[in-house]
Amino acid sequence: MVTRYFGEPIKRNEDPRLLTGRGTFVDDIRPPGLLHAALLRSPFAHARILSIRTEKARSLPGVVAVYTHADLPPVLQEPLPKLIPHPALVHHKTQYALAPDKVRHVGEPVAIVIAESRYIAEDALDLIEVDYDPLPPVVDLEQAIQPGAPLVHEDIGTNVCAHYTQRVGNVEEAFAKAAHVFTERFVIDRGTAAPMECRGVVAQWEPKMRQLTVWDSTQAPIPIRNGLARLFGLPQANVRVIAPDIGGGFGPKIMMFYPEEVLVPFAAMQLQRPVKWIEDRLENFVAMNQEREQIHEAAIAVDGEGCILGVKTVFLYDAGAYIPYGLIVPIVASTTLPGPYKIPNYHCEFRAVFTNKTIVSPYRGAGRPHGVFVMERLMDRVARELNLDRAEVRRRNFIQPDEFPYDVGLIYQDNAPLIYDSGNYPACLDKALEMIGYDRWPSERERYRREGRYVGLGLACYVEGSGIGPYEGCRVTVEPSGKVYAATSVGTQGQGHFTSFAQIIADILSVPVEDVTITTGDSGAFGWGTGTFASRAAVVAGNAVALAAQAVREKALRVAATLLEARVEDLELRDGRVYVRGVPGRSLSLGEIAVAANPLRGTIPEEWEQPGLEATRYFAPPRGTFASGVHAAILEVDIHTGMIQILKYVVVHDCGRVINPMILDGQIRGGVAQGIGGAFYEKLVYDETGQLLTRTFMDYLIPTAMEIPEVEIAHVETPSPLNPLGVKGAGEAGVIPVPAVFASAIDDALAEFGVRITEMPLSPNRLLEIIQVARGRGGGVSP
Amino acid sequence: MKRRTRANPSSRTAQGRRSAKAQVSPPPLWTQKEIKVRVNGVEYTSTVDVRMTLVDFLRHELGLTGTHVGCEHGVCGACTILLDGQAVRSCLLFAVQADGAEITTVEGLGTPERLHPLQEAFRDHHALQCGFCTPGFLMTTLAFLRENPEPSDEEIREVLAGNLCRCTGYQGIVEAVRDAAQRLRSAHGA
Amino acid sequence: MKPAPFQYAAPETVEESLALLRAFGEEGKVLAGGQSLVPLLNMRLARPSVLIDLNRVRELSYIRDEGMTVAIGAMTRQRSVELSGLVRERLPLLAEAVRYIGHPQIRNRGTIGGSLAHADPAAELPVVALVLGAQLVIRGPKGTRSLRPEEFFVSYLHTALEPEELLVEVRFPAHRAYGTAYLEVARRHGDYALVGVATMVRMEGERCAEARLGFTGVGPVPVRLPEVEEAVAGRRLEDATLAEVARIVADRLEPQSDIHATAAYRREVAGVLAGRALRLAAARFKGGEEG
Repeated sequence: MVTRYFGEPIKRNEDPRLLTGRGTFVDDIRPPGLLHAALLRSPFAHARILSIRTEKARSLPGVVAVYTHADLPPVLQEPLPKLIPHPALVHHKTQYALAPDKVRHVGEPVAIVIAESRYIAEDALDLIEVDYDPLPPVVDLEQAIQPGAPLVHEDIGTNVCAHYTQRVGNVEEAFAKAAHVFTERFVIDRGTAAPMECRGVVAQWEPKMRQLTVWDSTQAPIPIRNGLARLFGLPQANVRVIAPDIGGGFGPKIMMFYPEEVLVPFAAMQLQRPVKWIEDRLENFVAMNQEREQIHEAAIAVDGEGCILGVKTVFLYDAGAYIPYGLIVPIVASTTLPGPYKIPNYHCEFRAVFTNKTIVSPYRGAGRPHGVFVMERLMDRVARELNLDRAEVRRRNFIQPDEFPYDVGLIYQDNAPLIYDSGNYPACLDKALEMIGYDRWPSERERYRREGRYVGLGLACYVEGSGIGPYEGCRVTVEPSGKVYAATSVGTQGQGHFTSFAQIIADILSVPVEDVTITTGDSGAFGWGTGTFASRAAVVAGNAVALAAQAVREKALRVAATLLEARVEDLELRDGRVYVRGVPGRSLSLGEIAVAANPLRGTIPEEWEQPGLEATRYFAPPRGTFASGVHAAILEVDIHTGMIQILKYVVVHDCGRVINPMILDGQIRGGVAQGIGGAFYEKLVYDETGQLLTRTFMDYLIPTAMEIPEVEIAHVETPSPLNPLGVKGAGEAGVIPVPAVFASAIDDALAEFGVRITEMPLSPNRLLEIIQVARGRGGGVSP
Repeated sequence: MKRRTRANPSSRTAQGRRSAKAQVSPPPLWTQKEIKVRVNGVEYTSTVDVRMTLVDFLRHELGLTGTHVGCEHGVCGACTILLDGQAVRSCLLFAVQADGAEITTVEGLGTPERLHPLQEAFRDHHALQCGFCTPGFLMTTLAFLRENPEPSDEEIREVLAGNLCRCTGYQGIVEAVRDAAQRLRSAHGA
Repeated sequence: MKPAPFQYAAPETVEESLALLRAFGEEGKVLAGGQSLVPLLNMRLARPSVLIDLNRVRELSYIRDEGMTVAIGAMTRQRSVELSGLVRERLPLLAEAVRYIGHPQIRNRGTIGGSLAHADPAAELPVVALVLGAQLVIRGPKGTRSLRPEEFFVSYLHTALEPEELLVEVRFPAHRAYGTAYLEVARRHGDYALVGVATMVRMEGERCAEARLGFTGVGPVPVRLPEVEEAVAGRRLEDATLAEVARIVADRLEPQSDIHATAAYRREVAGVLAGRALRLAAARFKGGEEG
């Protein structure tokens, strides 16, 4: 089989549609008779609800219904489902569709209004009278674990909902014997994914057939379908959940459920009219899940040569007011921290803590940025303290290319052992150093200093767990027209599945890539799967696509063999036709074979599995596959204003075999942009009453084309032995090491002041403070 | 259904009796108003609530859903359209303000079968991923390239700074605009 | 985020606008470019019962050469000012500062008068008006009056405009004879300034004969510091002088802290920018730009 498309930067199939405004995002769905919903959200971070009066709202012309918790059926009054339980998660508290008697974060839904327009629905919100009894909130993560702190959930008597430790070896012994031990405290603050499209749900109920159709801006339509069917007592076949075009997901668009995902279908079923709810940006900032807040007390023990003897971190993870998504983020942080290094002794301990802030669930990186930040800062520290070259220290500790598979000794987020399958960390580092000009750097740096400029070089290495199970599936069908249709249930939020999956199929079935149409994210088209998250779609769904296409190919050859009276070994598939080798006149198109495989009379052989030129296959990886890479950057600091400028940014990435390099590079660049945002621009600021002060795009600063530099990308390919395509995930790679690279470069730029960055995100103000404090300690310089 | 609220009629009559130099009476107040707009060359007449934003009018009254709503406070640029040839944020305009105006939305740029050179360039350079911000970027750059057919990269990045993208990291968009500028110059120059 | 209900009026003349303000000025709001007001309406932070849309009042849109002064109608778009050859020629400080206002899409709708009447404490136009000694021409029931910027800007988002009054024109003194510079530090390109400095200088040889400095982002209204201007007069703009400038600036300014920057930061950076702006303005006076 000659590959023509796999590995090529094929232009995307979906672009003509999206470029001409013909995308179908959830707000573009407009069934006739549509009603519009708006939610009343708590203005308090912590309060009891004493009463809610809705009469004025109900009587506003154009308002069709108003629901509070008391108006919901019992099944919707219960806390929403627990996802991903864990033995260490002893208090798995989850959110409500509408708050029953207490609100626990600003933005928690209290009532829903259904009206003829969103304008009127919002007018009605103004008329709902809620009597709140405000309670003292707990906002600060470290205060939340103090005795006497206000309790987010009174009935459990604590704000700590989980305490989990993973260990390898004996870290106490290692530290006791070590030549050097360095400790550090790291603080990373909250951020939000802020996709350009906010969330949204449209629901339509057909009462006679009892069929519920839901369009949802979700990354996981199948779990939503399954959950709604169960909740409303409907057969799964009667519930169809469609994730249409989605304007960015990045993690927080996976939940089961956001309140609106059950309230909107409920309203549609009650009112027997379709209902739409589109989240506005003010809502998104408080109601869409956030992430990133962790505080680490970490330490590293090394010998005289800088070789790691042990690493320890004890950290606090801010879960927000509820913890539906379980311990994924802190477990991922814990298991990403070791990175590409051999760490014989490791202790990673965390407490998950409730606070009166928005719920936390994974956002691109999902804890990996934290693990990398801690480890890479510690490595830079070792280098500086021992006066070793930063790259050399890393090299000395790398897992070597011939040491795979490498068992780190931990359990990963998929409950499987953390075993790195393949990689070549030295090659990635060397390539990054070459691209950034590492050898020239000392003299470059000197040159800048002589010009009065403070410029630094940063670098960071990472290993990214990806491609975890449980499974994904795909059905590939060749129609009589010869065109190919495939369906899988993972959703697409811009990753180009419509093209990358088509490339895989086009190669295997030897058809033009434009003739392959992919359907994703529609439970009516394919009903088994989990969703798009954890950099897994290309790996898990992609391999299912390949297996199904391969099965179709083999069947095509078998059927053709019968029809052409030849042996399968004598056949070849080329340009959509099956030929008898050496007999050009004897051939059949795939379309003709498809017709023959679905006869109107006679019988079909048992070995066919099913009629038609179609196959459904699943891929269930036993464990994840590990991508890796290195980022390096050159960055300038204006020491008088704290402003920074990125002069050069390079990425070396290894995600195994690459399906579409153009799409891959796009993923990396987008991730780097979010990483830069999280390093210097984006910070969610809560005041001491739990109010979110950064609640619009005026205050939460998404970087623009003026702040994001060009990113040079090179690839290293160590194929994964764990799946037939040899691919690894890449969706989160861009964002993971960026805070670490930033800190590393700033430290280097300001080395003469002894600056050591241990917090993220920074800002010009904060950086100026850090510089002034450091200079005040004695590192003086003329203005 | 049209409803109008007039200013107090009695004061108007009284003022009408005064001399020519007298104060003018205030024009009427509206809660709904009939507007005529030309969108992508097609004329539409519609009666709208005065508080309906232009982006909501385009999307829901006219069914032109290519223009998107990202923030409703004028920062993200997803709602960018051309109003009398100028790139503006349609979430910060009311439909009534567009009465008599000429509007271009992304639907007026090209079709999947016949993409505008700017759209071709976006596709060639992977300047879009989820596609939500894309119509806004297209309209911004369309207006920009008309005014500045030979922009530098710095000028391109500067004009793009008024639109947010969360997926691409902007590099593909910069390359697409650079390429599109050249294609458009060749198309006109030749 | 949909606005609360309001009634809408679209006057076509200044007289009609004033009539509307007489009738509804208290509970109404004037809509100019909308780039600041409409977000507030959409967020329901402003709920006027009447919205008076000035966008059809064509007589308020002009840039007129009046010899020593350039008169700009209040509804003139910021983009028109940006592209105006007359402004670039006669009002270089304004031409430079207007490019820092947001992005082209904002400047296509935003107006000179609207920005001044909105009086954001970190905006560019108020401090330019202050440094240039512009005149703000206001019309109302009692007739026409002119205010200096010091009188016009009262506090955060608050001007001396009465509810029934309308800002109709801004008169900028032509200042080509000066070297000018506008510098700001903003988190991202196009954002409101954390701190901004507008300056104009007249040099006599190597010495600064006259300097005016205005600061934005450092308090409820834009600020000039006479002590700094005196300290610079007659002196060379060398490191020692500029260090003193920075010291006086940091000492005299009384900015507020907010989520984007602390008072200490604003004081510090205002001093740094003052020095850089003076140097740049001086270089431009000589006719060449320093790096």
